Amino acid sequence: MNVFVWIEQHNGTPVAASWEAIGLARQLGDTVTALVLGQGVDDIAQAAIHYGADAVLKADDATLAQVRFEPYVTLIAHLVQQHNPDIVLAAATISGREVLAGAAADVNAAMLPDVIELSLEDGKLSAARPVLGGKVLSVEAVTADGPQFATLRSRAFPMPEPDANRSGTITEVSPVLADDVIASRVESAAELSGQVSLTDASVIVAGGRGVGGPEGFAPVKELADVLGGALAASRAAVDAGWIPYEHQVGQTGKVVSPDLYIAAGISGAIQHQAGMRTSKVIVAINRDADAPIFRLARYGIVGDLFDVLPALAEAFRNRLG
Amino acid sequence: MHVVVIAKNTPDTEATVSVDASGNADWGDKLVVNPWDEYAITEAVLLKGAHNVTATVITLGTEEHAEALKHGLAIGCDQAIRIWDDALAGHDGLAYATAVAAAVNKLGDVSLVIFGKELSDIASDQHIFQTARKLGWNMLGFVAQIEAIDFAAKTIRVSRLTEQGSQVVSSALPAVISVVKDINEPKYPTFIGIRKAARAEIPVWDAAALGLDAAALSSKTAHIRYQALPAREGAVEIIDGATVQEQAEALVDKLLEDKVL
Repeated sequence: MNVFVWIEQHNGTPVAASWEAIGLARQLGDTVTALVLGQGVDDIAQAAIHYGADAVLKADDATLAQVRFEPYVTLIAHLVQQHNPDIVLAAATISGREVLAGAAADVNAAMLPDVIELSLEDGKLSAARPVLGGKVLSVEAVTADGPQFATLRSRAFPMPEPDANRSGTITEVSPVLADDVIASRVESAAELSGQVSLTDASVIVAGGRGVGGPEGFAPVKELADVLGGALAASRAAVDAGWIPYEHQVGQTGKVVSPDLYIAAGISGAIQHQAGMRTSKVIVAINRDADAPIFRLARYGIVGDLFDVLPALAEAFRNRLG
Repeated sequence: MHVVVIAKNTPDTEATVSVDASGNADWGDKLVVNPWDEYAITEAVLLKGAHNVTATVITLGTEEHAEALKHGLAIGCDQAIRIWDDALAGHDGLAYATAVAAAVNKLGDVSLVIFGKELSDIASDQHIFQTARKLGWNMLGFVAQIEAIDFAAKTIRVSRLTEQGSQVVSSALPAVISVVKDINEPKYPTFIGIRKAARAEIPVWDAAALGLDAAALSSKTAHIRYQALPAREGAVEIIDGATVQEQAEALVDKLLEDKVL
């Protein structure tokens, strides 16, 4: 089995879940080829080998500087047609979902999107993926011949250990689309400054209706900062206008699975659970001892988040130095 | 000129879902317009109001999905079309995209196709990006705002969400976009709108009407069964203490003991 893995990167920073995809590719296949597209991506090509790729197809070009749908889809589909891999994987990020689905359409291939389990049975991929608002898993399988595409949910598969002594071949490839035939231009980009991406975060501290207003997120953010974690919110807090939508976790927000999810002033509606129930350890802080979030949590403190969060921040500061 | 919105009915997001021993899921019978599609339909109607364009709402599904179409008509879409063919039973994303792209081509003169960010039932957006490729159009996903659109000059500029933050992207039309909930306040139907929609004749386009043979609509993946989520282990341990500081320290101890951090 030959496995392709698209290594997603933005401004020279690789997406961590791409390495998880390489780790899974090593289990599924005999040879693993990393597709590294961008501008100035030599270090990422080398890192892909350290994480487990046998070979890298590297396209280094100004037209690929930002991830754009048309040039990325066209080039990946072209490489798949040329090399005919059995499996093509990528992280199920916003870009990964778009680009891999597009490339699968170009080569008329089977695709299993946003999976949390993936295995091979008689040469065909079989996957489990959360559906119906994350309330159940759907088991799905490839039924057709030809290349099989899948995108992997961040943090659902183990991160491989990089090995700086691993070696592999790096082959340069050229983009397919010239700049003047690409219909889109990225005019500007705003990064979430100094914040950890929710889908990559190993620790998340989230606030809900109980924070009471925009200023109520201050202790939530303080604890997140102490833990080097990301700041999240329930739909109630976002809809109230207390915090921007990009922080929303839940059925109509982001789906996360950190090692630690601290939910403060969040009752735990089923739609919120859909976004965070695969977290490894959930801590609930709520004044209402009957809040549904306590049924999901490993640890709970019944109390006022405005007392508990600062005390927790202080205790973590003392213990973690 | 034409704006098309693709919408569908999905199980109520409030519903609890159970799975039986044979892997069938039960989510009750209640269907609602896919939450993301409410924004997509509203955006099509807003564009119709601001520009000289026709708004068409299309669904792919059996008759029960006509509700999403009636919702679209009731808030101001000009016409509705339902795509269905028995060859689409159990369809995957690629078959969906193939059929939708054929319907858009059949309408002709379409400048923009709008989808809600994802379908909440299958929890997927794959079909959206694949529709763009089947049409050969550019794709702008996760759009939070249409900043400018000029149907005559065939240009669009949007701000869209990315995993790292946001981007402003300009593109040529025609294009496919998917929208997130920042884009608008969904419109809800008026009584008069609902009455008008109830009387509308909704044509059904099958494979023959789309100029496709059944083989073009065959799926390459299959749903095998549903499975309950793995249960979360153990009951919650409530951390008590004389003071909140004591509680906080006890919790930090537990988390460090469990090697969570």
